[in-house]
Parts: sequence; C-alpha cells; structure tokens
Amino acid sequence: MADVTMRVWRGDASGGEFESFTLEQNEGEVVLDIIHRIQATDAPDLACRWNCKAGKCGSCSAEINGKPRLMCMTRLDTLPEGPVIVTPMKAFPIIRDLVTDVSFNYVQAAKVPALMPPPMPEGGYRMFQEDVERGQEFRKCIECFMCQDVCHVIRDHEENKEHYSGPRFFIRYAELEMHPLDQNDRRELIREEMGLGYCNITKCCTEVCPEHIHITDNAIIPLKERVVDAHYDPVAWLGRKIRRRTKTSAADAAVQPAP
Amino acid sequence: MSEPTYEHHEYDVLIIGAGGAGLRAAIEAKQRGMKVGIVTKSLLGKAHTVMAEGGIAAAMGNIHAEDNWMVHFRDTMRGGKYLNNYRMAELHAKESPDRVWELEQWGALFDRTKDGKILQRDFGGHRYARLAHVGDRTGLELIRTLQQKVVSMGIDVFMECKVLKLVHDNDGRIAGCVGYWRATGEFVTFQAKSVILATGGIGRSWKFTSNSWESTGDGHAMALWAGAKLIDMECVQFHPTGMVWPLSVRGLLVTEGVRGDGGVLRNSLGERFMFNYVAPMFRDETADSEEEADKWYDDHNAGRRPPELLPRDEVARAINTEVKAGRGSPHGGVYLDIATRRSAEFIRRRLPSMYHQFMELAGVDITRESMEIGPTCHYMMGGVKVDADSQETIVPGLFAAGEVGGGMHGANRLGGNSLSDLVVFGRRAGIGAADYVEAGNVATAFNQREVDDAIIEALGPFEHTDGENPYDIQHDLQELMQSNVGIIRSAAELEVATKKLDEFTDRVKNVSVKGGRAYNPGWNLATDLPSMICVSKSVTLGATSRKESRGGHTRDDFPNADPELGKINFAQTTDGGNWDSPITIVESPLLVMPDDLKALLEETK
Repeated sequence: MADVTMRVWRGDASGGEFESFTLEQNEGEVVLDIIHRIQATDAPDLACRWNCKAGKCGSCSAEINGKPRLMCMTRLDTLPEGPVIVTPMKAFPIIRDLVTDVSFNYVQAAKVPALMPPPMPEGGYRMFQEDVERGQEFRKCIECFMCQDVCHVIRDHEENKEHYSGPRFFIRYAELEMHPLDQNDRRELIREEMGLGYCNITKCCTEVCPEHIHITDNAIIPLKERVVDAHYDPVAWLGRKIRRRTKTSAADAAVQPAP
Repeated sequence: MSEPTYEHHEYDVLIIGAGGAGLRAAIEAKQRGMKVGIVTKSLLGKAHTVMAEGGIAAAMGNIHAEDNWMVHFRDTMRGGKYLNNYRMAELHAKESPDRVWELEQWGALFDRTKDGKILQRDFGGHRYARLAHVGDRTGLELIRTLQQKVVSMGIDVFMECKVLKLVHDNDGRIAGCVGYWRATGEFVTFQAKSVILATGGIGRSWKFTSNSWESTGDGHAMALWAGAKLIDMECVQFHPTGMVWPLSVRGLLVTEGVRGDGGVLRNSLGERFMFNYVAPMFRDETADSEEEADKWYDDHNAGRRPPELLPRDEVARAINTEVKAGRGSPHGGVYLDIATRRSAEFIRRRLPSMYHQFMELAGVDITRESMEIGPTCHYMMGGVKVDADSQETIVPGLFAAGEVGGGMHGANRLGGNSLSDLVVFGRRAGIGAADYVEAGNVATAFNQREVDDAIIEALGPFEHTDGENPYDIQHDLQELMQSNVGIIRSAAELEVATKKLDEFTDRVKNVSVKGGRAYNPGWNLATDLPSMICVSKSVTLGATSRKESRGGHTRDDFPNADPELGKINFAQTTDGGNWDSPITIVESPLLVMPDDLKALLEETK
C-alpha cells in the first residue's frame, strides 16, 4: 500500500509546531495505528492517550484534519488523499502533544446531583424497557468529550466554562430527569448554573458523537422544554406542587446524599 | 536523606486501580467512614472494565425461576475445573444478585424483561440465562454507575498516576506506595494504613490480546515484590472469539453474547465443528445434534445446550485445533455466524457495539456476513492469594480484589463472572480494609529507603544514553509470550521462554528513553516493563510446573488432567523484593470444601 504522511502537532502549553512523519500503511489501519508506530520508532515520547482501541473508552479523542474524531475508529482509507493532520482537542488546555487537560469535565461531573430513587422493593425495581430506553441512549456516552470540544459556547469562549456544563452533561441531566426512578429535581440548577440557555442548537455536538447519540434532539431540546416549563409556566409549577411524587428543589437536591 | 521534594498524601484506605473492583471498594470503605483515595494510571472511567460486553452473572432467577446461588456455584466450580477457592465461589454466587440490584439503586439501567425485571441472557457454562446486561456494553454501564457514585460521594481520585512500588513500615506492614504523575513526571508518595490492589490483568504481555496498554500486571508484580503470594499464574484465559482481520484490530474482543444469542461457529467446510469437541464432563448436558441445540435457545427444557456455549477454554482449544488442521478461515481464524440465524433487527438491537465494531473497523456487516474470529489473550485467572472473606493477603494491610486477586475462577473463568467478581469482592475488600484500619494495628512508619530506591530505579532509563528502545523490548516480549506461552504449551517451548525472559531482564536494565519526564509514553512504558517481565516469568514458571492440562492451561506434552494436581495450587513468592529477584514456586493444597457444598457439585441434574 502507499505510504501515509502524518503531520502531528507537538508541543506543550508554551507553544509547539507540526512534525511530519511518513510511514508505510497497511490494510485496515486507523490513525491510532500510525501514531503507535511513530511512538515505537521515530518518537517514543510522542504523547497521546488511548486505552481500548475499540471505540469503547473514549480516550483517544483528537482533531483529525480539523474535525474531532476518535483516532482508534478513523480508518486511513476513509480520509482524503494527502497528509493527515492530527492536532489535540482545541477547547482544552494542552498538556503535551495530543494530550489535553480535560479536568473541566470532571469538575462538571462533580456538580451533578445524584439519582434519588425510592427504597428498593423486595426482588428489585420494576421498570419497563420503553421507559429505560431513553436513558440508555444517553448512557452509551463514552466520555470522549468531543461534543464539549466542538461546542462553540466553550470552544470560542473560554470564560463560559465557569457557567456552562456542555453537551456531555446536558445528556447526563436529561438521563437523570427522564430516569423512571428519580425523585430529584435539577431544573432550576440546569437553568441557573449549568447554562442550558447558552446552547443555541447548532447540533455540532450531535454531528461529532461517535456513539451517534441524538444529543440535541433527544436531550437538549426536551431538557430546554422542561426547564422553561418549570420556570415560566404557573400551571406546571402548581401541578408540581400538588402532585404526590413531588421532586425536591434544586438546592435541596444538590445537598441531599445519594442512598 | 534530605526532606523529600515531592508531593505526599495520607489516607486510611488507598486503592490502586479505578476499574470496577477499585471503585466498588472505595464506595464501601468511604461508607465505613474511612478517608479514601483512589489512584489510577488512566483517566477516571477508562479502565478495562469499560470493555466488558456481555453481562454480569447473578442468579436472580428472572428468566428461569429454577436458578439460584447453588446452581451458579456449581457452574463456576465446574467451569474452573475445581481449582477454585470454593469459599470465594460460594460468596460470589450468594452475593452477586444483591450487588446487581445495588447498581440499579445507583443509576444503572439494565435491559428489562416484559414484566419489568432485569433481563438476563445465556452465556457459556451457565446452566440458566443469568447475565444482566445492557445490550453488549455492560462494562460501560458498570463503570459509569460506580464512577458516578464515587464522584457523588466526594472520594479523592488521583488520575494518570503510575504506582511504582508498595512501601512497608519497619515491621513489614504495608504503609503506602510511591509513584509518579504521568502529566509532569514528578514523583508522589501515598502513606496509607491499608492498600487495596485493584489493578486488573496482565494481558499486555501477549501479541494478540483484548487488553489495553494498562494491563501490565502492576498489581500482581507489586504484590509479589511486597511479600505476597501469587497462585494459579499458569491459568491464563484465551477468549475464543477475538477479531482476526484486519491486523490492526487483531485480538479485539467479540462478545460471547453473540453465541448466547444464537451465533454458531463454523470451519471453512461450513461444519458446526463444536459438536466434535464435547469433553466427557460436559457430555450429559450438551446437545448432540444441531436440531436439539437449536431448540434450546427458545426453550431450555426442549433440548440440551449447544456446544458453542461450552466454557471458554473448551471452545478456544477447539478453534485452535480446527485452524491447525487446515480448516480455518483465510486469516487464520474460524467463522462466527449469526447472520443466517437471527434477523438483522434482532442483531442490531442485541449486539449494537459488535455491529458497529465490525462495520467500522473491518467493513463487515454482521447482519449479512459471518465474522472471522480466533482466540485472544483475555483474562488472568491467577493472582494474589487472598482470604476469601476479607480479601486480605498474607502481608498485613495489603488487600487485593478483582482480576488481580486469585482463586475465584480456578483454572478457567466463566463469562459474566468477572463483572460480578469485581463488585462482590471489591465490596469485601473495602470492608476488609476498613476492619483492618479500625482494629488499629496499622503501619506507623513509612520506609523512606524503599521510596528512594524505587525513584532511582524509575529514573534509570534517563541515565543510559545508548540503551535499547523500550518499545523493542515490549515487542519481543509479546512475540515470545504469544508463541511460547500461548494457548497450547510444551516443555521445550517453556524452556526457551524461561531463558529468553532472563535475557529480557538484562535488556530492561539497559533501556534508555528520549525526551523529558512530562507525559512521555516511552518512559512510561519503560517503567511498566519490570512488571510485564516479572508476571511473564511467573506465568512461565507456573506453566512449567503444572504438568497436566486443566482449564486455561493446556500442555501438549501432558494433554490430560491429573487428579493429584487438581488438589493443589502452585504458589509463587520472591525473596528480596526487587523486580528481578528469583521467584520460587511451591505446591499449596486447596481449601477443603465442606460436605454440603461438595454435594452440590455431585448433583448431575
């Protein structure tokens, strides 16, 4: 097979530049195969993250020809002719080469009020497949953080990270809000502190999701509707107050321990 | 020595590893009021648990009401060829249903039965449909659920930190560990009253493996160096169905769920060859015609089990034999066919990641074509010898849970029993460590010399200028273990491996790395090599010593099981505590099983 040329960004927080590598290419290879071969030969100190090499762990996210992709799932024969350009995710601070500091996502994860289910009956909860399926779609998320990377609310505005949790956590909130057992109410929290309103539904996140989760249609839009209803609709507000299974307020939810 | 210039942390319970076992242990210890820290080589949520596909085994009886812990116990012991620590198999079978239900309280969303219970699927070696699952991504569900629970409890997690060595106090108790941050290369020490190893497996020493870069046997090796015993190190599981083509993905796991859901194995002549490989101990419960086997999927009382669902060791050996006999596929595997047996809609719903994986990586549509598959190094049955109830090792203050622990699975693990192992024994290790800390007889000092030695050793590769590239050594090690200590072993090949591994030891001492300490994969690999070489030696020594075939350990020159060897584990230790210290191996009798449990095994029903 023809050789492949890869232009890989190398550097750290203080700056960097592209380095070119030209290697032999074998049938069926993915970008990560080439990166591994570069490490084993020319540049053993080329930094990248990876674990499963099967699209299941979400570690090897990078930007390939400018687009967020998993390196382990990007076959070279699907890319256009010419050099393959590999750069780190842009929305996160550089650690080294292709490795970025993704701690923003772990900070956001720590803010999520946990599931609050009723006590479990003898023999386990009863839930129906059609009710768990909505949440199951969001739980396919492998936390590659490419939706966060591509979301222009933080990609172009670093300062928004203070008050915007991003698409990955909107699907997490949607999952909890739609969970058949959950008794927590996070709607005010989502509106006031997680910045759901900043999302203007450009669907960039949905396009890059390697798990093909319908982030915008199935999570963000329904979540926006729920949050807006809760905040502005007095009937819905009253309905919540008098329904037997009242969800607790966002403030209470945040401090209540999980079971 | 002058004051250390690196970061230092102190905990009651320190857990090394953030897969299922480590996270579950952390939750338990934290609930007991301990100060808990978790150290992981990767980011949180990326551990190898995430790759588990088919399900978590628990005798909940949601599909077959006849199922119960006694049947699960029996299946586990038979699958393990009776080499198991019976007490672990017993605790595991009894406790796994509660551990699954508990995951649901923490947010897991398993697939459901029509009446709203947790759906369970069939798997090899399990008499009843027993695996709770979420399509074929159960490991992701398990790790995410535990991760989210850990985060909600505010437990400290130290990510991308490689632990080099355990540290003792002056009386031989465990006092913590020393490691470095991958991001900066700076060293860090953790002083702890107890340490739980939850580091997973060792599969990275083989060329074709389903394991990630992390599975370098760090916990196995560190336990050995710290004075603990390793048992059953010869028992390595080769999963029957790994991808074989393209080479880029060779070894990547194809879930046993494909066979549980109706997939069958065929050779190049189109024969369902597994009917020719039913061992005497499984003959009574295995179908002897395709017609009978096919009835079983819909009604377990209408026929006996298909032979494709024999335990993994049996299936992997059969595939190996077919390929050697010239009846393999073009790329050296056999065919796994579900396309002709189930509808495309069924396959996509039940096996979404398999569909995705083959479509994107191999260009194969599994709803229309057969998959090409072959055995891949998958799981380490052997590990640190522990007390079944507390998971404590013979080193005071040191605990081990999950794949790094030994005994639970005997000579061969059943599919689905590893996820349940993680949560059952992760929890027990958390309890064991908390009990140990509360009892008060914990380490008081922190042996600074051990810390200094580990740091000097880790920096060695920067000192040598003309040494070898660590990737070359890793490559040669993987080739050696694949060809000489693989699925079928012989005295002659093991002897060569033993000699070569000694040469590798010298090569590792002369390794050199380029660049600085900050996020340098070459250096990171150089610091993984000591444990990779050490566990490879240990597997080779165990395989040389066990002169019989049993479970995951198959000897060409001793093709049968030896009843006398079925009564013992091989236990390994070192003196001196260095990574290249010689390993000694002794016979260690199995625990004696009480009569009531023995009776369960003798039931033939």
